Amino acid sequence: MVTLSSDSRPIIARGPSLGARFFLLALVSIVVMVLDTRSGHLEAVRLWLGTAMSPLYVVVQAPFDFWGWLTGSFADRARLRAENEQLREELRTARVKLLEFEALVLENQRLRAIREASAGIGERTLIAEIIRVDLDPFRHRVRIDKGAREGVFKGQPVLDAHGIVGQVTRVDHYSAEVILISDSEHAIPVQVNRNGIRTIAVGTGEADKLNLPFLTADADVAPGDLLVSSGLDDVFPAGYPVARVFEVKRDPAATFAAVEAVPLAQLDRSREVLLLWVAKEPEPADGTEEPHGAPGDASEGTSRDDAPATPRPPANTPVGAAGAAPADTPPGSAGARAADAPDPSPPAAAPESQDTAQRGASGAG
Amino acid sequence: MPADQGVNSRWLIAGTLLVSLLLAIVPLPEPIRVLRPEFLLLFVIYWSLSAPRIMGLTLAWACGLLMDVLVGTVLGQHALGFLLVAYITHRQQLRVRVFPLLHQTFTVLMLFAVYEFVVFWIDGIVGPAITAWQRWLPVGTSALLWPVLVGTMESWNRRRRH
Repeated sequence: MVTLSSDSRPIIARGPSLGARFFLLALVSIVVMVLDTRSGHLEAVRLWLGTAMSPLYVVVQAPFDFWGWLTGSFADRARLRAENEQLREELRTARVKLLEFEALVLENQRLRAIREASAGIGERTLIAEIIRVDLDPFRHRVRIDKGAREGVFKGQPVLDAHGIVGQVTRVDHYSAEVILISDSEHAIPVQVNRNGIRTIAVGTGEADKLNLPFLTADADVAPGDLLVSSGLDDVFPAGYPVARVFEVKRDPAATFAAVEAVPLAQLDRSREVLLLWVAKEPEPADGTEEPHGAPGDASEGTSRDDAPATPRPPANTPVGAAGAAPADTPPGSAGARAADAPDPSPPAAAPESQDTAQRGASGAG
Repeated sequence: MPADQGVNSRWLIAGTLLVSLLLAIVPLPEPIRVLRPEFLLLFVIYWSLSAPRIMGLTLAWACGLLMDVLVGTVLGQHALGFLLVAYITHRQQLRVRVFPLLHQTFTVLMLFAVYEFVVFWIDGIVGPAITAWQRWLPVGTSALLWPVLVGTMESWNRRRRH
C-alpha cells in the first residue's frame, strides 16, 4: 500500500478541475506534436531543451570515460610499444594509399573541369565520438559529442573509415543525434559502382542489412557489387562507398528482384565517426531547391589532407546533374522510376529536393 | 513539521525523477536492452499516489516532455502518454492507494499498457511504427518493479519519520 508522504487532501478542489487540466495539456501535446512533425518550428525549443539535458549524457558517459582513462594510464609499456609499432605500420600503408589517392583526385578534378560538372569538392571533416547512451532499442540512432557549437547541422552526412554511416537528424549545442543508414526509416540513393545503375538502399532495422527494393528482375546487379552514394538527394556527396551486395534473388514472376546488401561502415562497432562538410558550388539550374550551404568556414576549404581514409572511388556517372537523372538512366534500371516518383514505401531519398529527403529520413522529426 | 516534510519530499521527488532520467539512457548490454523498465513513469505514478499535490498533471506532462527530448522522439509523444497515465492515476488515486499490493501491481500493469499503446499509436501516425512484440516487454518489467519500488520507498519513508 502506498502511504501519503506529504498531504492527503485531494487536489481536485484547487484551481481548474482535473478534467479541464487534462484536456488543456492533451491539447498542448497534440499541437506540439503537429508543429514538430509538420514544420520545423520547434527546432529552437528542441535545441535549448536538448542543451539543458546534455549534463545527463555527461553523467552517464563519465564512468566509461573514467575507466578508459584508468586503463589508458596504467597500460604497460610493452603494449604501448606494440600499439605504436602497429600504428606506424598502418600510417605507412595509408601514406602509400594517399599518394595514389592524390593522383586520382588531380585526375578527377581535371576531368570535372573538362565536363564543367559541379560536385562536392573542398571538404572539411571533423571527428566525433559516439556517446555511450541507449536511445530507443528498436531504432538505429546514436548520439555524438559534437553539436551546433561546432557547426553541425541537420542533414549533415556522417561517415566512418569504411563508408557512409548516416546523417544528422537533430542538433543541440553540445551533441547531435544521427540516424544510421540501417534504420528502417532511412533510405539513401545509391548507384552500382560497376555500371552506374541508380537505385535506393532502404534500411531494414538490422545493422548488417540494407534492402534494395527498386531493382527490376533483369537489372544487372550481382553479389559482390559495390554500392556508392549517387548524390541525388543533395544530402550525401556522390561517390562514397555505402554497401556491398551479398544476395540477389530473382523471381521470374515478380517485377522486382530481392536484393540485399551489407553496409560497409561498421554501424554497430565504430565509436568514432567523421562529420563531413561539403562545399557546394552553385548547381546548374535543375529545379532543385537551394543546396544547403555548409556553415562557417566550410566554404573556404580545400583541405584534402583530412579527407576520410577511404579514397573516393571516381564516380563514373555524371554527378551533380540531379535534374537530368531520369533521362539518362541506363535501360532496365528501376532506379529512375524510384527516383522520379517515389513510391509511398521508401521514406526518403527522392531527389526533388534535399528538404524532402531530409524530412523523410529523419522520420518526419 | 508539515512544512519541513513538504520541502523534504520535494527534494526526494526531484532526486528520484533525476535518477530515473539517467536510468532511461544508461547503456545496457544488448540482450536486456529491450527489457528496460520505464523508471520515470513508475515514479510519476508512485508520486501521483503518495504526493498528489506535488506530482500534478503538469509535472507529469513535463516529465514526459523531457523523455521526448532525451530519447529523441517527436515532442509531445511521451508527454501525452505520461499525461494520460497521471490523469487516470489521479482519478483513481483514493481507491488505488488502499488496494492490496498485488491488486495495485495489476493496476500499474494496465496503466503501462495504456501508456505503451499511446506511444505506439503516435509512432504509427508519425512514421512507420515498430511492430515487434518485444516493444511491449517494458510493460511487464515495469509492473514487476512496482512492488519493489513501493517496498523501498515505504521503508525509506518510515525511517525518515522516526
